[in-house]
Amino acid sequence: MTETTEATAAATAQERNGAEEEKRTVVRTQGVKKVYVMGEIEVHALRGVDLEIYAGEYLSIMGPSGSGKSTFFNMVGGLDKPTEGKVYIDEVDVAQLDAYELAWLRCRKIGYIFQSFNLIPVMTALENVTLPMVFAGLTSDESRDKGMDLLGKVGLGERHSHKPFELSGGQQQRVAVARALANDPAVVLADEPTANLDLRTGTEIIELLRSMNESFGVTVISATHDHKMLSVSDRVVRVSDGQVERIQLREDLEIETVAVAGEET
Amino acid sequence: MTEHALAGGRTISLPMSRALEISLRSLKIRFGRSLITTSGIILAIAFLMSVWSNNAFIGNLRAANKSDINLLLQKHGIETMAAEGEAAASGDAMARLEEERSKQTWLISLSLLVCVVGIANAMLMSVTERFREIGTMKCLGALDSFIIKLFLLESTFQGAAGTVVGIVLGLLMTLALVFIDYGMYVFDYFPTAALAKSALAATVCGTLLSLVGAMLPAYKAAKMEPVEAMRSDT
Repeated sequence: MTETTEATAAATAQERNGAEEEKRTVVRTQGVKKVYVMGEIEVHALRGVDLEIYAGEYLSIMGPSGSGKSTFFNMVGGLDKPTEGKVYIDEVDVAQLDAYELAWLRCRKIGYIFQSFNLIPVMTALENVTLPMVFAGLTSDESRDKGMDLLGKVGLGERHSHKPFELSGGQQQRVAVARALANDPAVVLADEPTANLDLRTGTEIIELLRSMNESFGVTVISATHDHKMLSVSDRVVRVSDGQVERIQLREDLEIETVAVAGEET
Repeated sequence: MTEHALAGGRTISLPMSRALEISLRSLKIRFGRSLITTSGIILAIAFLMSVWSNNAFIGNLRAANKSDINLLLQKHGIETMAAEGEAAASGDAMARLEEERSKQTWLISLSLLVCVVGIANAMLMSVTERFREIGTMKCLGALDSFIIKLFLLESTFQGAAGTVVGIVLGLLMTLALVFIDYGMYVFDYFPTAALAKSALAATVCGTLLSLVGAMLPAYKAAKMEPVEAMRSDT
């Protein structure tokens, strides 16, 4: 245990040195606290989280339910505001934004992928993908071309005219991935993207996300407790009791996943 | 309010054509639900229209002031012009007419109120049902105004369709009833202008009602937080 921590610390330090020149911070949190007041009880969902997320990395946030993982995830995605502390997305303090600017941020800077896909049921796959582009003000020709291109990239070019209920879970999530990338966001947020999928489709979605991360250079942040997710993550943030328990790098993880896999069999 | 430019051309918008398309499709996919909401409007407007058109038909027949029509009118308990002339001194007939009118207004207002409540209720249910869809749209960058626009459009379509059907239904029913009582005289003194005016007023009324009924639900939908989209239960 102590060895891992030391190794992590060493690796983090090493990474920091490298980060000075090449790594750009996309999301930064400073002493983020969140308190929910429920009647007379104060629930401390987050107790001061400091984290920097770099452009182009694939980051997983792990933690048991009730750990503050979801709260932190929503905070990073500009869906919730901290009670105390600051969240910067692309160097913009989220708390300073008005409703219009927040909507703009969600539209242009962040792509969301949901646990239950959340495609708009009345729209075809293509229309789902182009909806954020419509909001962003692209013409219908531009958005159609771009939407078809994105659907092609997630392997659903043929199915553009299908409605969500005509697609399988895995296909719906692919459409959702394409939609998340619609406006070339800086960050893609995936909330347990594999929770409603079977093992194989889940793996496919994870691989798809990873390949999009590599080819588009988009930062992927996912909340998960899917161990398949770990092997593709650059870093894994373990959240527990409203705090970051530890941050693991991929190199350390590989050893652990092997160990875990060994235990399971 | 749909477009609002920030420094550097940061705009988000929902063109009217797309809004129309989306709201029409939402109606189509939830056809059963829309039908229930719409039927509320149909009934209210049919009632409104039947009262108005009945007034128009009878009014015209009275205005004709012909002895055989007057006979028929009297048979159905309606004060004729001739009789009214005699009773005018007492003011009795006028008072009765006045009372009749106010009772009508009361009934109409009640039925329209019930209709608005019905629409509001149906739309509120539709908002609750669609919390995830609305939350998702907000995550994709939809402004509160987009959501309001979509819901109001949807309701306006329902209102317009329901109103048209209601007008036709109310008119036909009244025509049939009046025809049974007065026969061909109805067509001899057909109140085209008055009916057209009533139809127009009913259209405005129906559309307005559905807008008013949808306002609170639309506002509620617009105020929904995007985090709602993350909720996994249902």
